[in-house]
Amino acid sequence: MTFDNPDLAAIWLTVKLATLTTAILIFIGTPIAWWLAHTRSWWKGPAGALVAMPIVLPPTVLGFYLLVAMGPDGPIGHFTQSLGLGLLPFTFWGLVVASVFYSLPFVVQPIQNAFEAISERHAEAAATLRASPLDTFLTVMLPLAKPGYLTAMVMGFAHTVGEFGVVLMIGGNIPDKTRVVSVQIYDHVEAMEYMHAHTLAASMVIFSFLVLLGLYTLNPTGRRK
Amino acid sequence: MNWLIRARFKLDYGAFSLDVDLELPGRGVTALFGPSGSGKTSLLRCIAGLEHAPDGFLQINGSIWQDPAQRIYVPTYQRPLGYVFQEASLFPHLDVRRNLEYGMKRVPVSERRVSLDHAIELLGIGALLAQKPGTLSGGERQRVGIARALTVSPKILLMDEPLAALDLARKQEILPFLERLHDELDIPILYVSHAPDEVARLANHIVVMGSGRALANGPLGETLARLDLPIRLGEDTGVVIEARVGTRDAEWHLVRADFEGGSLWVRDMGTAIGAPVRVRILARDVSLALVRPEQTSILNQLAGKVVALADDTHPSLVLVRLQVGSTPLLARVTRLSASLLGLAPGKEVWVQVKSVALLG
Repeated sequence: MTFDNPDLAAIWLTVKLATLTTAILIFIGTPIAWWLAHTRSWWKGPAGALVAMPIVLPPTVLGFYLLVAMGPDGPIGHFTQSLGLGLLPFTFWGLVVASVFYSLPFVVQPIQNAFEAISERHAEAAATLRASPLDTFLTVMLPLAKPGYLTAMVMGFAHTVGEFGVVLMIGGNIPDKTRVVSVQIYDHVEAMEYMHAHTLAASMVIFSFLVLLGLYTLNPTGRRK
Repeated sequence: MNWLIRARFKLDYGAFSLDVDLELPGRGVTALFGPSGSGKTSLLRCIAGLEHAPDGFLQINGSIWQDPAQRIYVPTYQRPLGYVFQEASLFPHLDVRRNLEYGMKRVPVSERRVSLDHAIELLGIGALLAQKPGTLSGGERQRVGIARALTVSPKILLMDEPLAALDLARKQEILPFLERLHDELDIPILYVSHAPDEVARLANHIVVMGSGRALANGPLGETLARLDLPIRLGEDTGVVIEARVGTRDAEWHLVRADFEGGSLWVRDMGTAIGAPVRVRILARDVSLALVRPEQTSILNQLAGKVVALADDTHPSLVLVRLQVGSTPLLARVTRLSASLLGLAPGKEVWVQVKSVALLG
């Protein structure tokens, strides 16, 4: 099984996109998950539903609205233009922004579940042991939520690797900029290069299996109290 | 220094409300006693700041932790307190040693008065240091929980039914450690409990809670002997007497416990002569006679005086408050006997004590 240069470029771009997306999602997903896990506000329901939307929406729908929003007349477009960054559609950073929205629930939900599973007692115990709220979060909550974070990272990464519809809508198919593995496979099939497609597709199957195997080995569920 | 705790709290959660204004001794063990739902845990949580009662006032031995008039509200993590939860609540991701170090690391070196070794030794957990909480038994977890609360060198120790989740054997395992705490640490302990035997054994002072109010607040012996004690202890009705070991009768394995106004022969548990002991006498184990009984198996006979009579749990029974010297005692007798003996305030009687529990 060998990859030619365009394949390697697509693989590298995919890894870069998924890594960046996951890193950004861990940062913005943590406060969202924390809020969803602890709020008693009326907004919890609507906010939770909004975060979960990408799970049920067709990627083309999400991609379409993101394209409009990032376009010259959309709110994100206005914002990026006012910063002098130009427009995001058909750029790598456009893909990153789209992937962040697309993979949000896959990162927020495991972290939220992990936070919700931590007994309120632990935070109270930490407070009686002189730990400030931030200290408690860093030294008690984060370590106890570690399995949730592991799941979130793997799911966020793998889900970003697997996206196709959103990429086509936002990124198109530009080598080295937006042509990720899933699009590359599509190209090969379109060009009737089945063997070529097969090489990439099989490596995706193996990758997905290894990722999930690693997740289930490192993070056995059901054994913990 | 003013050894005093002042606590004034009001909470209103609709179905439950707490409304207390208490002055408690700043030393020794104060039991917050009452049935579940009486507000004792809520009061303890207010004192810890875990329950947010911003209008409350709280002063612990001279330092003010809450005072709305001065706009003072010290958050929990800045209050120098130790808190023992009903379930030990150890951090599952840290081993025992690092659980103990967690609080200690957060206290400035100059404010540390309890060393890690001392806390470990006090609770006898030296062998457990490398273990994770998940591998400990309930009793061990609770001992680690208590030791952890001590490592922050608290100015007050708050204990929320620390034995409630344990079976009798585990309770017996921990009680001696709790007594040592009281003896070795010069800090006040507030001890929430609904178990009369724990209170009798550990407390010096008692606050009886009911429906979010403090129904009684006073020294243990005096308060337990009150006939108007607002909650019924049933079979547990009785008094606790502070005594001192006078002499030992080696032949019959007995020691004499002397108290103000009399003495009692109790089983010799190896207590040293002169050592303070606490004895508990249940009202049902006390009987009364007008003349000194002779040829009876009951060893302990005290000359006393009837102070008052009150209704008991059943219409056939009365509770008699007695005075032996300056020490109050309670006796449970039938209304018929009381009538036959003509028991009335001021009447001289012989008090027979069938059974005495030595609480160490």
